[in-house]
Amino acid sequence: MIQTKTAAETDALVIAGKKFNSRMFVGTGKFSSADVMRQAVDACGTEMVTVALRRVDIDNPDDDMLSKLDTSRIQLLPNTSGARDADEAVRVARLARAASGVEWVKLEITPDPYSLLPDPVETLKAAEILVKDGFIVLPYINADPILARRLQDAGTATVMPLGSPIGTNQGITTRKQIEIIIHQATVPVVVDAGIGLPSHAAEAMEMGASAVLINTALAVAADSVAMARAFKKAVEAGREAYLAGPGQMRSVAEASSPLTGFLRDE
Amino acid sequence: MISTKSEIPQSHVLKALEENGLDRRPANWDSYFDDVTEANVRRQIAEPIAPFSLRRLKTLISPAALPYLEQMAQAAVRVTRQRFGNTINLYAPVYVSNFCINRCKYCGFNATHDLPRKRLTVDEAVREGEAVAREGFRDLLLVAGEDPKYVTPEYLCEIAARLRKHFSSISIEIAPQSEESYRIMERGGIEGVTLYQETYDRELYREYHPKGPKSDYVGRIVMQEAAARAGMRRLGIGALLGINDWRYETMALGLHAHVLIKHYWQSKVSVSFPRIRPAPDVMDNFPYYVNDRSLVQMILALRLTFSDIGMSLSTRESGEMRNHVLPMGITHMSAGSKTNPGGYEVDVDATEQFVISDERSVAEVSEYLRTRGFDPVWKDFDPAFLDSGEAVTQDS
Repeated sequence: MIQTKTAAETDALVIAGKKFNSRMFVGTGKFSSADVMRQAVDACGTEMVTVALRRVDIDNPDDDMLSKLDTSRIQLLPNTSGARDADEAVRVARLARAASGVEWVKLEITPDPYSLLPDPVETLKAAEILVKDGFIVLPYINADPILARRLQDAGTATVMPLGSPIGTNQGITTRKQIEIIIHQATVPVVVDAGIGLPSHAAEAMEMGASAVLINTALAVAADSVAMARAFKKAVEAGREAYLAGPGQMRSVAEASSPLTGFLRDE
Repeated sequence: MISTKSEIPQSHVLKALEENGLDRRPANWDSYFDDVTEANVRRQIAEPIAPFSLRRLKTLISPAALPYLEQMAQAAVRVTRQRFGNTINLYAPVYVSNFCINRCKYCGFNATHDLPRKRLTVDEAVREGEAVAREGFRDLLLVAGEDPKYVTPEYLCEIAARLRKHFSSISIEIAPQSEESYRIMERGGIEGVTLYQETYDRELYREYHPKGPKSDYVGRIVMQEAAARAGMRRLGIGALLGINDWRYETMALGLHAHVLIKHYWQSKVSVSFPRIRPAPDVMDNFPYYVNDRSLVQMILALRLTFSDIGMSLSTRESGEMRNHVLPMGITHMSAGSKTNPGGYEVDVDATEQFVISDERSVAEVSEYLRTRGFDPVWKDFDPAFLDSGEAVTQDS
């Protein structure tokens, strides 16, 4: 991958032609109130917020949650969570677009309501249909490099591999796969799910992820707003470190005075 | 309804209950928990929630765990917030009929009781639904006694269709139906089924359900599986607390939940805790009354065994009890409920199935949730998920 190292300040994320100044996306579930959610959104400076279509009335501007989001500044990203297969996801996405005019969709197909792990087969199927239908599709996937390739080939705007199962706060347990996905990506890679601490977010960004999506870690923190600020700093730090070109990590120590330094050419 | 064994496809639930000796209270019940030590309890509390283990459930509901309820509560609060966030889903029951051909000894609608029987007309049921919708509810539970002459899939589908615009989610708590009937209702926009086994003990079951179609233990226990095969997304299970030792019922209930989750993994299991309530003309000296401490232990043990199942606490419980238990694992609550057909608006004096305990209004309950730092969730599904008949994958 060719890396053009620009200064962090001018390093905007572009998805489907739209520029984002923040590399932190936020999910809106699980908060103790819509007001706390809004304050957290404001505190982290995110410009991309995902809402579950099953939770909101997408056609109602007075909806408790939607009314709290300043859509002049924030890209609304409706998601299909709760869909069990491609048919359901496509149907929900189309109705949402018809009602709201929003063409962006976070494609989530999670037939197992316990683990909420994404179904790769149905996700690819739905992505192909929705892309052809003119949607800007951001699919939530397991950290499967071949699936990521298939999706970007199908025309999705990003790929969103999970760091660990959703809501677990376990961090980047799929690191090796995500590294491959980032290495081969032709679209932005957004690490979604499982990021429980700012340090996890920084880790994803240091690896070269284009952005991270955070929800549970903010929603269930004792102080969601302070946690949102902490994540903002971590995402920026991780991105800046990535752009700075970190030194290679080695598995053994490298002596600064090499043992073979005495050998001289004679 | 299914009445003969030959019609029943293999039941994973029944098989598991039998294999684990939990289709009746084990013969060695008096010494059943003797092998559980306090050290076992401490270890289970300290360990993260792993895949289902009957042994873990047994340990956490054991008498040896009683001194550790506070630690269990702390752990249950943490796991519930992590998995479900700071939210509580609210739903409302609408009773549509109290006609019943069964003779359950604990129930106010028992066929032998001389009470004015009423089945709401579709129009009346719609008025009742509109009344709860005005309170803010978007999640509706239609409840009826068992009488196939009065309560049919077609009747319920018609109500569901008429109320669709008010509710994002509609489920039923009615007599067992055939898989085909569940399929009809699933297509009709009903996506959840609640059905309590009452007791998992075969012999005791017969004693409490002497007559009527409900006397068929097997015919009832296989029904969640039929509903799941028919595509129902939400499966509510429970044991009626008060007619048998709650520790036994919790073991069987936990196994029931586990088997449903394992084999019907696309449907979400939710457990309820129906503690027996006073009802018109029924016995009031239940032999296994479940006290508050026991109910709390049951809720905590199940939450610490299943991090992701739904748990519902209805207005059967007092406001005080619900307020205390709220953060310990509960995901769903009803509020302002009426347990008589027409009770919200159409016929407010009709006879109730049981007397509710938490009499706070819907507004009071939702305001209380906010003061405790919980967002009351009214809508958590969208009818757009339901198949309207078009195959969307073919028209692109």
